[in-house]
Amino acid sequence: MDFLNALVALTNYVIVPGMAYGAQLALGALGVTLIYGILRFSNFAHGDTMAFGTAMTIMVTNGLLALGITFGPLPTALLALPFGIILTCLLVLGTDRLVYRFYRKQKAAPVILVIVSMGVMFIMNGIVRFTIGVRDIQFADGERFIISVRTFKEMTGLQEGLAIKATQGITVGVAVIVVAMLFWFLNKTRTGKSMRAFSDNEDLALLSGINPEKVVMVTWMIVAALATTAGVLYGLDKSFKAFTYFQLLLPIFASAIVGGLGNPLGAIAGGFVIAFSEVTVTYAFKKVLGYLLPESLEPSSLVQLLSTDYKFAVSFSILIIVLLFKPTGLFKGQSV
Amino acid sequence: MKKLLLATTAMTMMAGSAFAAGHAEEVKIGVILGFTGPLESITPAMGAGAELAMAEVTESGALLGGATVTSVRADSTCIDAGAATSAAERLVTADKVNAIMGADCSGVTGAILANVALANGVVMVSPSATSPGLSTAEDNGLFFRTAPSDARQGVIMTEILADRGVDNVALTYTNNDYGKGLADAFQAAFEANGGTVTISAAHEDGKADYSAEVGALASAGGDVLVVAGYVDQGGSGIIRSALDTGAFETFYVPDGMVGAKLNENFGAEMNGSFGAYPGTDNAGSGMFVELAAAAGFDGTGAFAPESYDAAALIMLAMQAAGSSASADFKDHVMNVANAPGEQILPGELAKGLEILAAGGDIDYVGASAVELIGPGESAGNYQEVEFADGVYSTIGYR
Repeated sequence: MDFLNALVALTNYVIVPGMAYGAQLALGALGVTLIYGILRFSNFAHGDTMAFGTAMTIMVTNGLLALGITFGPLPTALLALPFGIILTCLLVLGTDRLVYRFYRKQKAAPVILVIVSMGVMFIMNGIVRFTIGVRDIQFADGERFIISVRTFKEMTGLQEGLAIKATQGITVGVAVIVVAMLFWFLNKTRTGKSMRAFSDNEDLALLSGINPEKVVMVTWMIVAALATTAGVLYGLDKSFKAFTYFQLLLPIFASAIVGGLGNPLGAIAGGFVIAFSEVTVTYAFKKVLGYLLPESLEPSSLVQLLSTDYKFAVSFSILIIVLLFKPTGLFKGQSV
Repeated sequence: MKKLLLATTAMTMMAGSAFAAGHAEEVKIGVILGFTGPLESITPAMGAGAELAMAEVTESGALLGGATVTSVRADSTCIDAGAATSAAERLVTADKVNAIMGADCSGVTGAILANVALANGVVMVSPSATSPGLSTAEDNGLFFRTAPSDARQGVIMTEILADRGVDNVALTYTNNDYGKGLADAFQAAFEANGGTVTISAAHEDGKADYSAEVGALASAGGDVLVVAGYVDQGGSGIIRSALDTGAFETFYVPDGMVGAKLNENFGAEMNGSFGAYPGTDNAGSGMFVELAAAAGFDGTGAFAPESYDAAALIMLAMQAAGSSASADFKDHVMNVANAPGEQILPGELAKGLEILAAGGDIDYVGASAVELIGPGESAGNYQEVEFADGVYSTIGYR
């Protein structure tokens, strides 16, 4: 019984939140990694692209709710998601046409594009704040829990409760579907293959008649879809606030780099590595050990490796170690 | 539309008075608040509160023989001391403001005080910096605040918890001067009273995920979770995560956490939780809310009344000194804020100015029952709130 209690406590506070957060980071990192692989620069505007997509989705959600349309037990935002994706596509394609294409034509060095993307980031940041405001917005509706703490305790009779939120379930589910679709697209379709060819060797790809403008356009569209999905899932699980999305950029980049920039599989692994390292290393094991150990050995301190203040230090230490010893990331990506 | 009208009226008024009273002085007050950054959702109402007081005074034409008061806004960012310092520097050197209303967050307020206000001898009145550290900061008599120090709040929190028989709490605070100051003040007061703080863990604002913090807090345990954070920031994130995982059911919410946002975010889930925030049952707060509604902003917003009072105090002190120079009126701030004298409520600034012009005494009460003590900070009146049926309501005053 005590063992089960320990297991449930660990699942409730570490594994379930870690999985959901990991899936959100992975989707974000996939977008960053695709841009890096195909357009060859680190897109700092990614966090704000996510914010823009989410803001648009929230507006459409509000519209749907005003019309009386809901999605039953699921959040209405999932219905609005395709519209959000389309609007975000228009935004990033417009940005590409107006800004990035100019620098691409000049064959600007990646570092210039990075700085350019930073400018784009601030502008998108402003657009989001102007359109939807700076407030904290909750837009999750429908069922809140798959299992709530109370029902779990009643069902099992255990002392510890386990909660799985509907949004956590949806996050992981949608992430799996999106990743499966992305890999199918990259590996099985003609356009996907030409994207990979373009990423592997640009000159060779151009020689074999691949249209670079089309590859760039499709990449931006996929990135817009990924960013909007990641942003909406994150917003459903927590809440939407322009400022928070801006801050999300850091863990997303850490995930992409740890996994190996330019490698989609790596982005997913990186997302989970960063999420779990933030949650586990700073977890206080007092409760879990209290169940497992005999009473005489029960810890009186918190049994916490590091205070939660250092959770970012943990993910960045991993980042530095990976860069020092395996500069291409855990999975073979391009070196930074 | 209402705002547009208001702006237009304000413009015509300013233009009009500029033509009419060419000889009258123009007083500039810098309003430096975190218009971007973690407090960007409450600062618009704070800025509007301060500017409401300025518009009222300008309209009355009673300040220093018909001076117009204009507001010059600057962004403190709340977190970036460097940016806040240069913004304040700009206010003082380029815009030549006579005084500063601000800043909002304790950290940037300390930075501006030390680097700009002291160096240039400019009076600064903060509506919302509550860190106990600012009570002892060197200020040459230039720094005041219409918000109480958190040392006082720590004692209030201990009293409220003790009255409910709680002697075992977990504590989390937002990792800045405000959160750390309040957490330390509370922990000291609570432990001196015989209580136990099982863990005191910081959380960062605006971060993506708080499961790690809640995991640690849940492991340490406690009857109540004290959340010394911001309602539209990490504080809500912590409560959300703690409720979802079933880690805590009862919360104590201090000043930064009490807001309409809590009802909206959590509703009935917060039932049984309690807290306290600065506030009084005086007539001034109600009058301020009405004035704010007429001006088109929300007067119940956190620190909006304090902002109105901060700006009002600056202008009343100028009138008492008969000068808009900081060096002259800094010694009059305490006098106009405290008894003896005629009590002045929001909307009565003109009356206050006239009494002062006639050589009388006033006791500015304002929207937040201002009473300045010791090093020029509010004595601190708190209202105790409790959540029932998904909304919080005031159950008493301390």
